[in-house]
Amino acid sequence: MDKTVNQKAWFLVLPVFLVVAFSAVLPLMTVVNYSMQDTFGNNQFFWNGVGWFKELLDPSTDLGGRFLASLGRNLFFSLVILAIEVPLGIVVALSMPRQGWTVAACLVTLALPLLIPWNVVGTIWQIFGRPDIGLLGYTLNAMGIDYNYVSDAVDAWVTVIVMDVWHWTSLVALLCYAGLKSIPEAYYQAAQIDGASRWAVFKAIQLPKMNRVLLIAVLLRFMDSFMIYTEPFVVTGGGPGNSTTFVSIELVKIALGQFDLGKAAALSLVYNLIILIVCWIFYTVMTNAGVERKAQTAKEPAAEPKPAGALQPAPALTPKEGVA
Amino acid sequence: MARIDLVDLAHSYGGNDAPQETFALKPVTMTWRQGGAYALLGPSGCGKTTLLNVISGIITPSRGKILFDGQDITPLSTQKRNIAQVFQFPVIYDTMTVGQNLAFPLKNRGVPKAEIDRRVAEIGRLLDLEPYLNRKATRLTADAKQKISLGRGLVRSDVAAVLFDEPLTVIDPELKWQLRSKLKALHRELDLTMIYVTHDQTEALTFADTVVVMHDGRVVQSGTPAELFDKPAHTFVGYFIGSPGMNILPAEVKGREAKVDGHVIALNRSYDNLPAGAKIEIGVRPEFVDAVAPAPGLLSARIERIDDLGRIRFARVRLGEARIAARAPAGFTGSDGNAGLKFDPAHVHVYADSLLVEGAA
Repeated sequence: MDKTVNQKAWFLVLPVFLVVAFSAVLPLMTVVNYSMQDTFGNNQFFWNGVGWFKELLDPSTDLGGRFLASLGRNLFFSLVILAIEVPLGIVVALSMPRQGWTVAACLVTLALPLLIPWNVVGTIWQIFGRPDIGLLGYTLNAMGIDYNYVSDAVDAWVTVIVMDVWHWTSLVALLCYAGLKSIPEAYYQAAQIDGASRWAVFKAIQLPKMNRVLLIAVLLRFMDSFMIYTEPFVVTGGGPGNSTTFVSIELVKIALGQFDLGKAAALSLVYNLIILIVCWIFYTVMTNAGVERKAQTAKEPAAEPKPAGALQPAPALTPKEGVA
Repeated sequence: MARIDLVDLAHSYGGNDAPQETFALKPVTMTWRQGGAYALLGPSGCGKTTLLNVISGIITPSRGKILFDGQDITPLSTQKRNIAQVFQFPVIYDTMTVGQNLAFPLKNRGVPKAEIDRRVAEIGRLLDLEPYLNRKATRLTADAKQKISLGRGLVRSDVAAVLFDEPLTVIDPELKWQLRSKLKALHRELDLTMIYVTHDQTEALTFADTVVVMHDGRVVQSGTPAELFDKPAHTFVGYFIGSPGMNILPAEVKGREAKVDGHVIALNRSYDNLPAGAKIEIGVRPEFVDAVAPAPGLLSARIERIDDLGRIRFARVRLGEARIAARAPAGFTGSDGNAGLKFDPAHVHVYADSLLVEGAA
């Protein structure tokens, strides 16, 4: 069959094309344009080629040093919060009730931190941790622990990490809970029959059955924590010194603080590229896992329900097997 | 291996105070002898699975006791009872290989490694799983998975009994036959007590030496397949076992005669002491009623249709309100729509309130 040729149809796509152009393509190209130039303000630009990118990847320069250091902090931060939130989320999900009104109570309580906007979370912890008026900071200092997230780098890190754990462990827990709920009762019964201990049940049934949701949880938490900006910015402002300055904070400092548009543009492009690549890797891993699972379930015939109870004898062509 | 006694055992999901009619399992006292092959047969919802789960300890009974070799194990948890159970749908441990799946129940009980390897190899051989032992269990077909479940049930040599809860539901009909005969062979080879729950009479009658028929939470009869066929203790058994099921007709019984629809049918035994006020019925299997050309002295009925089952033909006839299935001898066509019914007196049973009455000789 011949395709109908109607070039006027392009006009139908035009609105979308324009919206995408103005919202994404043009700003992006502006950034690409800036990344190749240097400016001393006054709208004067000088061509710099790939100079900023070279500097960015060279730790001996100021820009490269700052970028790589903040990137390292970002990775370390993501690693730490994943190492805490994932096991903690699993434990929370395992200890949640399975039925009764307590389920709803637990779910609502867990969902609360997820509903709070980022900068509000930051403000809560900023005040909570203050040694003079904050409940946490004051209590810790009263107990003789010298805690001040403004002056001590370790305290600042601990605060930022605890804040993220408080904010986001619920997400992991809720995902795990959904995974746990989908395990059929027969698995637990079979494990009982097989004499499995609590730990064996976890290792042989619960963890393997949760692995899909765990993958999603790790993905979401990694991406989110890698792009973190608001909460540490509100609490520590990236300090003390540069100790909690993540890539996004560094970017804002360069772009809006120093007004180094060229450097900032180059940095944001590289930052964007890293996130895209990580996204793509995760996406590929997940789709592959999904395909594998689909292929596997396709092989299993759908479970037949037991025939409804009936008093009629089963109709059979060969009557009385084994009788007589 | 053990003898299992159920003593006045009952279970209600609504608690012990619920009225007894609502019990999922009404009080039952019975013995399962060591090494027997039993089938628990009954329609869905009759309490078979409840009884099975009570024996395995997944459910704690509301009342009564379970004894293994005379020892009361009612309060023991499933893990502490020496019992294996196979469920309706395959349960496999995804991360393990087939061999590790089979070894799991033994490993959990701290059986020495050499013994585990020996048992796994043996069960793998018996179930034809040998080529898969080192493969991941997730990638296998549903019937292979169910074989693994069966294997996990059979792998322990010391179990009191192996319980099967409709284990062949997910299996293709063709493979069902193979697996069932395999189970039967395994039973002979391993000398285990096996209790097999099913709602399929063919499955029950081919697998078991003793069939326990359940109906509405009650055990209504327990016996060999031949006993269930020849002498159903309850009209339900007569109706449920056999296809077509037993004909049950309301009748007036006096001495050696039963009166159905004004017509007298001779009985082999004498029934003089029937309980007063009870609902009296006679039951006779279609195999022992012949539909022949109408003749004086025969109960006459209208033919609705004749079913040709290949080896045998059954005439479906109507007698007043009641429908009867009767054997149609070769050559009988019933073309005029009328038939006379000839009963074999030796196989006509009398039931009072659904329960079999033994007549006097």
